[in-house]
Amino acid sequence: MSELTEPTGKTGPPASPASPASPSSPSAPGSPASRADEVPGSPGGGAAARLSVLKTYKLFVGGKFPRSESGRVYEVSDSTGAWLANAPRSSRKDARDAVVAARKAFPGWSGATAYNRGQILYRIAEMLEGRREQFTTEVAAAEGLDRAGAAAQVDAAIDRWVWYAGWSDKIAQVVGGANPVAGPYFNLSSPEPTGVVAVLAPGDSSFLGLVSVIAPVIVTGNTAVVVAAERTPLPALSLGEVLATSDLPGGVVNLLSGGTAEIAAPLAAHQDVNAIDLAGAATDETLAKELETAAADNLKRVLRPSATTDWTTGPGTERMLAFLETKTVWHPIGI
Amino acid sequence: MADVTASDAALRRFLHGLPGVDAVGLHARAAALGTRSIKTTAKAFAIDLAISMIDLTTLEGADSPGKVRALCAKGAHPDPLDRSAPKVAAICVYPDMVATAKDALRAAGAPHIPVASVATAFPAGRAALPVKLADTRDAVAAGADEIDMVIDRGAFLTGRYLQVSEEIRQVKEACRREDGSAAHLKVIFETGELQTYDNVRRASWLAMLAGADFIKTSTGKVAVNATPPVTLLMLEAVRDFRASVGVQVGVKPAGGIRTTKDAVKYLVMVNETAGEDWLSPDWFRFGASSLLNDLLMQRQKLGTGRYSGPDYVTVD
Repeated sequence: MSELTEPTGKTGPPASPASPASPSSPSAPGSPASRADEVPGSPGGGAAARLSVLKTYKLFVGGKFPRSESGRVYEVSDSTGAWLANAPRSSRKDARDAVVAARKAFPGWSGATAYNRGQILYRIAEMLEGRREQFTTEVAAAEGLDRAGAAAQVDAAIDRWVWYAGWSDKIAQVVGGANPVAGPYFNLSSPEPTGVVAVLAPGDSSFLGLVSVIAPVIVTGNTAVVVAAERTPLPALSLGEVLATSDLPGGVVNLLSGGTAEIAAPLAAHQDVNAIDLAGAATDETLAKELETAAADNLKRVLRPSATTDWTTGPGTERMLAFLETKTVWHPIGI
Repeated sequence: MADVTASDAALRRFLHGLPGVDAVGLHARAAALGTRSIKTTAKAFAIDLAISMIDLTTLEGADSPGKVRALCAKGAHPDPLDRSAPKVAAICVYPDMVATAKDALRAAGAPHIPVASVATAFPAGRAALPVKLADTRDAVAAGADEIDMVIDRGAFLTGRYLQVSEEIRQVKEACRREDGSAAHLKVIFETGELQTYDNVRRASWLAMLAGADFIKTSTGKVAVNATPPVTLLMLEAVRDFRASVGVQVGVKPAGGIRTTKDAVKYLVMVNETAGEDWLSPDWFRFGASSLLNDLLMQRQKLGTGRYSGPDYVTVD
């Protein structure tokens, strides 16, 4: 049993009397409701240790925190194999619902000003800053890093939100602009968001990698359906709580956990998904090929990164450009 | 049964003698019938049946001949990519658009799809009876095959039942054509304005006794439209009416039914309450417009195995 969900200030707050019939977390049916450090007897004893509060990890879809429609969960363990928590095992119907939510959010998010989107991404960084401890603990448990290593990952992830936030009102100037044409016309190209993007989060970097694939998709006005890394979904599911409190409109980012292959297949074939980022399938040649084939059916944009992406280095604009379409308009001069 | 409409007092005595509605039981029953899991071949059957039961409707002040023509083309061939998709049951428009709809259906190669027209000062019904009758005759003369009338809710709620009954009877009379045939009459209660379930039951019996061919929940113009409990109650009424009088009357929930899931729940309710006899476009209809797109997307999903999206159906 890991210490992940143990309250940190164990000796601090005065404990409420421990009831023998304390509720256990519904998503952790196999876990004991009370820990061994509970003091037996003496209900009015005052200094009794608190019961641990186990966290029910849930999906983040349309700004809400539902369980999987299927009711399924799966066990998530840390790098040593010890049980951490149960995460929802999403079904294809959860994927379908997430796409509906993302599609619904698209007009509002893509229509928001770039300045506004940048502010919201920056707000996400601000919110994360206040939760560094929590994410450091979760990343350390998920990836088997020491605290310093995990903290470095979280800091880098926060910095990445800030970095992408800055791009929101600059990307159009870099990749768009006035084109010289041989005629009395203004010819202007401007980048526009592709639409609903399915994102398979990378399996080798549970938080920095996750942020590095979400931020470039939404900063330009796309909405995202994100499949968290199958083995390490907890930082992703916790990120949902940050997104929900960051002025990000519901449905712009939807987070699903579960079997990557199971959820990715209906997303890749979904006719209402406009693009797919295969970062999470980069190491699985067969799966990536299957998803690419399914995605070809409605001409989705497919981003298939190499299997060895170093998420700590500066990302460049590649991931933003992958999910932008160029619109060019001709306008007569002098009218 | 004929004598109950002989006088206002007799009609009131009969309608108030109907057993009261157990609202809690009604809600529980409607909710329970909504939990059935309809999958695979049964779902495919339900989707096609639901499409064939839709009164594809446009009742906006902004309706134009172009919009009505587009609607008719869609009703004739709901899924242009899949000609096996069934046609809708009817096209429902305002009286002045009936002729346009008739022409458009003929042009779309589906002249047998009936055109339904709302009449009698829809949706409020606040006009003098001669005006309502003229409205009806006008729609019938323009070629309407079905008339959707609204009852006078003000008269009903103040207890002037015979007046309501008499109006329905006269509108039905106005539905007659010169060749002796008659347009089908659907009577809209606007259940969202009737306040109680008891009133819905009374209105159902009143309309059926007055000669309605169909009873319809709502205009789609008020806050509360068709709900499963109200539709269940009306299905019970038509079932009981056939058992006691021997005349089968159809039911049409309208307004607020937008998803395949909802539509399938209604079909389950029809089958379990009124019975299989009502499971046909002749006896059960959906008054809807956006429902059709959702049904088509579900139909595409069943056919291809891939989730479809709004890009693959028309923008109405």
